[in-house]
Amino acid sequence: MTIPADPSPALQEYAHPEKLVTTQWLEDHLGTDGLVVVESDEDVLLYETGHIPGAVKIDWHLDLNDPVTRDYVDGEGFARLMDASGITPETTVVLYGDKSNWWAAYALWVFALFGHADVRLLDGGRAAWQAEGRAMTTADAGRPTPTSGYPVIAREDAPLRAFREDVLTTLGGPLIDVRSPQEYSGERTHMPDYPQEGTIRGGHIPTARSVPWARAAAEDGRFRSRAELEAIYREELGFEAAEPTIVYCRIGERSAHTWFVLTHLLGFENVRNYDGSWTEWGNGVRLPIAVGTEPGEVPAR
Amino acid sequence: MSEETALPPAFTEIAEDFHALGGRDRLQLLLEFSQSLPELPERYAEHPELLEPVPECQSPIFLITEVDGEGRGATARLFFSAPQEAPTTRGFAAILAEALDGRTVGEVLETPESVTGSLGLAEVVSPLRLNGMAGMLVRIKRQLAAKAGL
Repeated sequence: MTIPADPSPALQEYAHPEKLVTTQWLEDHLGTDGLVVVESDEDVLLYETGHIPGAVKIDWHLDLNDPVTRDYVDGEGFARLMDASGITPETTVVLYGDKSNWWAAYALWVFALFGHADVRLLDGGRAAWQAEGRAMTTADAGRPTPTSGYPVIAREDAPLRAFREDVLTTLGGPLIDVRSPQEYSGERTHMPDYPQEGTIRGGHIPTARSVPWARAAAEDGRFRSRAELEAIYREELGFEAAEPTIVYCRIGERSAHTWFVLTHLLGFENVRNYDGSWTEWGNGVRLPIAVGTEPGEVPAR
Repeated sequence: MSEETALPPAFTEIAEDFHALGGRDRLQLLLEFSQSLPELPERYAEHPELLEPVPECQSPIFLITEVDGEGRGATARLFFSAPQEAPTTRGFAAILAEALDGRTVGEVLETPESVTGSLGLAEVVSPLRLNGMAGMLVRIKRQLAAKAGL
């Protein structure tokens, strides 16, 4: 870790407090050597309307997805992105974004696939920073100079990413659907107010439990307290930190937020994000689904 | 046939402006469009329920049309409402407003949805996000056709 963790007492209750920073800590550390701040939003133009001074932008559509295969960029692509963003393997990266850090958490998960050592989230994201009246700018001043030589790393998907076969063979185990209740029940196949993204069937993966991702976020966009999160994921669901757990949503973005909560805030040891999610499962040939508000049974094979 | 020659006249100048710029400047121009989106006139600002939502867009946007006259020769008027936190969606709306507001209903109806892919925006906002602009155009055309009695 290039830069010491944020020692704020509020963060110390979490399993891995070094994965979060507070707005005050970030403001105090802006401009520190070895720190790069990255904004990652749903809206690709939001950064241009004003961003944290010195922050660079990484867009999930344009920078993290492979344009041809439904997959993330490869080692060369990630290395190019890191070089352009002024990030070396030693850099402390702090990510933040709109919508309670939903997209920033997704970017953090992709950084994790490449094993970047020190990547943290700004608790509360863009909204908290703005609400506190902290500096925003449209200027480039303070942006890191591009670097070169980020190593070409072969992505290590297996520990963090689940594929449809993994889900199919572990049905009945801990599995969380983080979409809206209407998507879970099958009333609708896309988020309220969001585009129809071409899923033929509505419903959920059999045995998946429904916990909409936003339950982990407080009104101000920050994460809920450890006790509140324990009450949801351990007491309500009865899930254990040692058990392999899979999370999914529609394309894997909202579930990256829950992946972060389980892995870094609650210390679950083996959580994988199924990024194929409902847009794959709901359309998949020979894949069983469940409809309605109950999790449903493991289908007989 | 290149995509340029297929462009309806209403979009020619806008497409030329975007294509003349590199990636970052192209986004900047889209941002300028988003900042130029006219406010709703009072008669709609006070009655948001009259506006039609566009669920193809990632961020909430609402639109309504008016026609002055009848048939294909009537004048089309377009009005949009989208929050400041959704600059991409506002930019799409502002492009449609600049290109089509005040044109004849016939001209708007002849605009293919594929025009949204010809402006040089796919590289800077991604093709998936552009679906939102096509969704707005479909709704505009359907409203205008009904209101012009076509």
